[in-house]
Amino acid sequence: MYMGSALFFLTVYLIYPIVNTAYLSFLGKGSKAFTGLGNYWYVFTNADMLGALKNNLLWLVLFTSITVSLGLVIAVLTDKVRYEAAAKAMIFLPMAISFVAASVIWRFMFEFRPAGIPQIGLLNALLSTFPGIQPVAWLVNTKVNNFALIGVGIWIWTGFCMVILSAGLKGIPLEILEAARIDGASEWQIFWRIILPMMRTTIIVVATTMIIIVLKVFDIVYVMTNGNLGTEVIANRMYKEMFNYHHFGRASAIAVILLLAVIPVIAFNVRRFRAQEVVQ
Amino acid sequence: MIPKAARRLSRSLTHIVLISICLMWTVPSFGLLANSFRSQRDIVTTGWWKAFKTPFAFTVDNYVEVLTGHPEYGKEEALENRRSILKDIVTGQGMGRAFLNSLIIAIPSTLIPILVASFAAYALAWMRFPGRDLLLIIVVGLLVVPLQMTLIPILRLYGVLHLAGTFLGVWLAHTAYGLPYAIYLLRNFFRALPRDLFESAYLDGASEFVVFYRIVVPLSIPSIASLAIFQFLWVWNDLLVALIYLGGTRDVAPLTIHISSMMSSLGENWHLLPAGAFISMMLPLIIFATLQPYFVRGILAGSVKG
Repeated sequence: MYMGSALFFLTVYLIYPIVNTAYLSFLGKGSKAFTGLGNYWYVFTNADMLGALKNNLLWLVLFTSITVSLGLVIAVLTDKVRYEAAAKAMIFLPMAISFVAASVIWRFMFEFRPAGIPQIGLLNALLSTFPGIQPVAWLVNTKVNNFALIGVGIWIWTGFCMVILSAGLKGIPLEILEAARIDGASEWQIFWRIILPMMRTTIIVVATTMIIIVLKVFDIVYVMTNGNLGTEVIANRMYKEMFNYHHFGRASAIAVILLLAVIPVIAFNVRRFRAQEVVQ
Repeated sequence: MIPKAARRLSRSLTHIVLISICLMWTVPSFGLLANSFRSQRDIVTTGWWKAFKTPFAFTVDNYVEVLTGHPEYGKEEALENRRSILKDIVTGQGMGRAFLNSLIIAIPSTLIPILVASFAAYALAWMRFPGRDLLLIIVVGLLVVPLQMTLIPILRLYGVLHLAGTFLGVWLAHTAYGLPYAIYLLRNFFRALPRDLFESAYLDGASEFVVFYRIVVPLSIPSIASLAIFQFLWVWNDLLVALIYLGGTRDVAPLTIHISSMMSSLGENWHLLPAGAFISMMLPLIIFATLQPYFVRGILAGSVKG
C-alpha cells in the first residue's frame, strides 16, 4: 500500500519505457518494420552521428577531468583560508541557476565583433587589450567552439564537485595531517601522499557523477549553438532525430547507447549501495 | 622545516589562485546583471563595464518590456498606467506568463514526488515485505538511467491519452523522474532514525500510519526540506522535459523554453536577454541565499543523482 503509487510511477514512466525504447530501436522510421541492427549501423556510420560521438568523447575527457581536479584544488585551497564560506558560495552559485540562464551569461561573454569595432564580450575585450591579437568568434570558429561550450559546462559543475570533495576532505582526521606536518612534510607532499589516497572513493563518486552528466549534456548545446558548426552531442542528436526527422527508431538506438554507457555506473552504484547496507 | 619565506610565498599564492578563480566564477554573472539595467543601444554597442562611468544611465526598461512583451512600456509616459502593466505581465505576450507557468509546473512537481516518495521510503526503510531488497536495488539502479530512454514511449503514450502539452502530463513526468532520487534519499534518512523510537510506539499500540505520520515525518522535516529545494530547483531549471512534453506554446511554456526561444530568434530580442535571464534566476538565487545549507545537504546526501 505504501509502495503502490511509487510502483505505479516507476513502472509506467521508467521501466516500461526502457523496455519499449529498446524494442523500438530495432524498428524503422514509422516504428512498424523490423530493421534489425539498421539503426545502430546508422548511428556508428553516419557522419553527423560520428561527429556527435566524437564531441561527446571530448566532453567526457575534458569536462570530467577539469571539473573534478579543479573542484579538488578549490576544496583544498578554500580549506586554508578565512573566507572559505564566501569563496565556496561564489563558485557553487552557478549550480542554482538553469543551464539556459548560464548559457545567456556566457553568450555575452563570448560575443564577437570584428576587429576594429569595440568588443562587447568581455573575453574579446580582454584579448583586444593585447596588441596584435585578433578577436575570436568563440561559438562560430570550429577550432574553439566545442571548447567554449565545455568551458560553460565546467563553470556550472565545478561547484558541485567542490562541495562534495570539500566534505570528503573535512572527513580526513586532523591528527593525520598534523602528524605529517610535524614530521616535516610539505603541503605538496601532504596533498599527493595523504589527501589524494584518502579521498579516493569520494573522487571516484564525483567523477562517475560527472560522467553521467556529460553523457546526457543537452541544454548548453541546444541553447548556445543548437548543435550547429560541429558542436553536436549525442543527446542533441537524439532530440533532432525525434522532433526534426521523426525517426523514432534511430532516436531510440541513440538512447539505448546512452543507457549502455551508464550500465557500468549502475553496477558500481548497486555494489556500493550493497556494501553500505552490510556495514549498517 | 620549510623556511618561513617559502611558506609565506605559498600562502600568497593560495590567495592569488583562489581569488582569481572566484572572479572567474562571479564576473560573468555580474556582467549580465549590469547589462540588464542598460538601454538597448548601450547593450549592443559597448561592453557592460563601460556602464560604470559617470553619468550613470541605468534603466529598468528591459525588465518592463520583457515581462509585458510590449516595447512601448519602455517609454516613461506609458508607465502611468500601472494597472494595465500588471494585467499584461500576467496575461500578455511577455515573460510574466512564462514565470507563472514555471511556478505552475514546479510547485506540484515538487510536492507530488515528495509525498509519493516518503510513503515508499518509509516502507523500504522500516517495513518487511517480499521483494523489498530487489525494489531497493531497482531504485538505486534507476538513479542514473538517462531520461532519454523514456522520452519516446511516454510521448507516444501521452499522444493517446491527450496529456501532451498539458501541465498534468508534465507534473506526472517530473514526479516519476524525481522519484528514484527522492526515494533513495528519504529512505537513507528514515533508516538513520533510531530504531527504539518506533518500537516503543508500536508497543504502545500505534499503527504503522501513526508512526509514519506522527514520528517519522516530523523528525525528517530538515531532510524533506533539502529534498524539496533540490527537486524544486531541478524542475524550475529544467529545459528538456518541458520541451518534450509541453512544447513551446506560450500558454504553457516555462521560463527556460521562453528564454531559449528568445535566444534563437536573436537580433531583435538581444537587449532583453540579460533581464530575462535574471528574472529566471531570481527565485533560485533567493532560495540559494536563504536556504543554502539545506541545498548543500541535499546534494551531499545523494551524490549519485544523474
